[in-house]
Amino acid sequence: MNVNQKVSQIVEEKFPGSVIIPEEPQNDFIQLNSEKWNEIAKFLKTESALKFDSCQCITGVDLGAETEKLEVRYNFHSTKHLHKVEIRIATDRKRPSIPSVEQIWRVADWFEREVYDMYGIRFKGHRDLRRMLLPDDWKGWPLRKDYKTPQTYNGMKVPKVRKGWD
Amino acid sequence: MTIDNIIIWFQSWLPNARIAPLYVAAVLIAALAIFLVMAVNALVAVYAERKISAFMQDRVGPMGQGPGLHAGKWGLLQTVADTIKLILKEDIIPKAADKKLFIIAPFIVFLGAFIALAALPWGPTLIAADMNIGLFYILAVSSFGVIGIIFAAWSSDNKWSLFGGMRSAAQIISYEIPAALSLVAVLLLAGTLSMQGIVANQSGTVWGFLPNWNIFNNPFTFLAFFIYFIAGVAETNRTPFDIPEAESELVAGFHTEYSGMRWAFFFLSEYGNMLVVAGVAVVAFLGGWQSPIDGIMQGPLWGLIWFLLKMTVVILIMIWWRWTFPRLRVDQLMNVAWKVLLPIALFNLFGTAIWTLTIG
Amino acid sequence: MGLIKADEMTLNIGPQHPSTHGVLRLKVKTDGEIVSEITPVIGYLHRCFEKHCEYLTYEQVIPFTDRCDYIAAMNNNFGYVVAVEKMMDIQVPERVEYIRIIMAELNRIASHLLALGTFGLDVGAYTPFLYMFRDRERILDLFEITCGARLLYNYMWIGGVSHDLPVGFVEATYRFLDEFEKKSEEYHNILSYNKIFIERTADVGVLPKDVAIDYGVTGPNLRGSGVKWDLRKDEPYSIYEKFKFEVPVGQGLMGSVGDSWDRYWVRAEEMKESVKIVRQALDKMPRKGDVHEALPKRVRPPQGSIYFRTESPRGDLGYYIISDGKDKPVRVKMRSPAFTALSALSEIASGWMLSDVLVVLGSLDIVLGEIDR
Repeated sequence: MNVNQKVSQIVEEKFPGSVIIPEEPQNDFIQLNSEKWNEIAKFLKTESALKFDSCQCITGVDLGAETEKLEVRYNFHSTKHLHKVEIRIATDRKRPSIPSVEQIWRVADWFEREVYDMYGIRFKGHRDLRRMLLPDDWKGWPLRKDYKTPQTYNGMKVPKVRKGWD
Repeated sequence: MTIDNIIIWFQSWLPNARIAPLYVAAVLIAALAIFLVMAVNALVAVYAERKISAFMQDRVGPMGQGPGLHAGKWGLLQTVADTIKLILKEDIIPKAADKKLFIIAPFIVFLGAFIALAALPWGPTLIAADMNIGLFYILAVSSFGVIGIIFAAWSSDNKWSLFGGMRSAAQIISYEIPAALSLVAVLLLAGTLSMQGIVANQSGTVWGFLPNWNIFNNPFTFLAFFIYFIAGVAETNRTPFDIPEAESELVAGFHTEYSGMRWAFFFLSEYGNMLVVAGVAVVAFLGGWQSPIDGIMQGPLWGLIWFLLKMTVVILIMIWWRWTFPRLRVDQLMNVAWKVLLPIALFNLFGTAIWTLTIG
Repeated sequence: MGLIKADEMTLNIGPQHPSTHGVLRLKVKTDGEIVSEITPVIGYLHRCFEKHCEYLTYEQVIPFTDRCDYIAAMNNNFGYVVAVEKMMDIQVPERVEYIRIIMAELNRIASHLLALGTFGLDVGAYTPFLYMFRDRERILDLFEITCGARLLYNYMWIGGVSHDLPVGFVEATYRFLDEFEKKSEEYHNILSYNKIFIERTADVGVLPKDVAIDYGVTGPNLRGSGVKWDLRKDEPYSIYEKFKFEVPVGQGLMGSVGDSWDRYWVRAEEMKESVKIVRQALDKMPRKGDVHEALPKRVRPPQGSIYFRTESPRGDLGYYIISDGKDKPVRVKMRSPAFTALSALSEIASGWMLSDVLVVLGSLDIVLGEIDR
């Protein structure tokens, strides 16, 4: 049995209703509800059979402007059991918000700030949620598919994107 | 050749002149000579530093194809070109700086090195002012520069400069003590503070073959030389003790905001300070202008040659250190001064005293 | 002490500063020389790598990965290319695998040389820096004869490499390795075991094992803390399982495990291991073969996503790639090892002196191009 399936079973047992079963079965990831994410995250890190002590990567994803959802994908890895898992949590595009895991994995601090910076997803409980790579006065969330390049920035004209060789 | 000699020489030409203007003229001539020495020293030492560091690092250093092109044969004109560049550079005084202090600071630092050179004996007869308190005078005025450094640091209105200034003050004041104590050991042997007196005391041989230089006189003074040398290098703010200007930490320390000629004065005084430290080391420990082989190659001209030669060796060691060692941290630097050098210097002082009373 | 409480001073280290290794800004609160709080401010080198990727085809992304970590561009190419190949299920010829590993390991040596050299500069030692640059130059020469570029190679392509090895490359590399092994002793003599250097780095900025894992610190920094974790050994990609090499870990030889000296030492040892790998690869590499054999006509990975990690000189370099079956990726996310390493800085360097903060920063070996992307 694949690690993702195993973890999915354990999590579903402990937190019933938190795992969203996809329409077509797959083994690559676990889709979770955002409600109990904080507790589940603590559980993932501390449970002796799982011990996901290393948060590898947190990726913000926008699968297209027509979808209602934004997604955050977490890649965890265990240095004890040498297994890894991918967890996906979807959130509403209008008011994106997901519980923060910054106090569980310290590295998530910067990763979540980066996702916030690019997608505007608010991480509830994050102690220092600021822009990370972009200037503090930047408007909009650039990696969203519906993002429009602004005409001006602080009064400076933004050069047009050139097409082809012109 | 002292200032007194110049006045006497003047008087032989102008027997009726009053003494005061002649004195001023004589002092000016001596000052000009010392300034030239400093300038030439900076030219030569900077070139040497560049070339030696280049050879140590598998590089060639400044190179040129010939006069008129680049920097002359083997880059010989590099420092000349640099000097011209520095003179022509725009003089920038930051808006927030305390203008008066900012302008005066480099000259105070320069003065510290400049007037200290007046008491260095370049040969048996060649000294600007042969004072009976020569060594004391040099120690006193060479710590004068630190005031200029603090002025520069404070007036720049730059946090990095302030850091550099504070570090520099702490460092120079700390290292004065072991340096002075190790020189006191020499004074016990010489029995005089006069620079010429100290050198004259080092003639002859010890144990039959070694020249009777203070460094070879007894084990304690041998150790004292190294203490003085380490403390002296620390006073010149050179690696491994260059924390006041630590490039990778403080950008450039107290002279961060300086440019052009004002910066050049800091530079000039750094090399002037090297000259002072090397000169005192040579006078106090390495026999000054005395020949290494007793009885031959002596005289005014040979004296000058020996003195310059010994000084060159000491300065070369400083350059060698600079390109070999990493830099110490502030607290480690203080530890070295207060916990290592100072106790040894004190011990040395007692050791030398007992040695002079019993064996010597 | 304690009774006297002076005002704290806020100091800006950077973005223009000699030892921030790029355009990094550290907002630092100091009480005299002691630093009480560090806030890294990044983004000065942000070039919208991830936004650009949405507009580029898969092949066009490769040169952009060069510019992220410009010190180890080969390794960045490598990670991306292997990830895309994994998505498309491409089997590359054996000769290509060997060439890639030779290049990646040579680049690792070059990157570590730069890391150690600039670390020496941070501590105030100037000469070792130039020694290391002298040898790094030799590696760059090898890259130059191979692909014409000295810094940004765009050498590894999806399914192959851009050029075959030039005539004489193998001999030149053998020659370089022989000389490098002798010369690398010089670094130890002049820097590693220098008393002042040890005083400055040992026991400074200790990064304990659990903190390192919590902060996602990887690569030589993690190994310096005594964790034996190397993707080349533990999750071998490409053909790394065919090579014999050791994974050096910090042992606290001069102070406690995980100090700045350990991180330095791990990198110095890793260069020796890389030399071993390159030597084995040169010995075993098939002498003939077409490097363009497996280049796909059209790069259109099937719908899906992949998170793939490789061991870059700075640690776990991860690429998260989402494909919708078209020729342009939906999302390319780069998980850069220097990003996580820098996030640990305020944890391990607070409370030390100003000079130590820069030493710890140097020992983490960050590349701002990769942090800001």
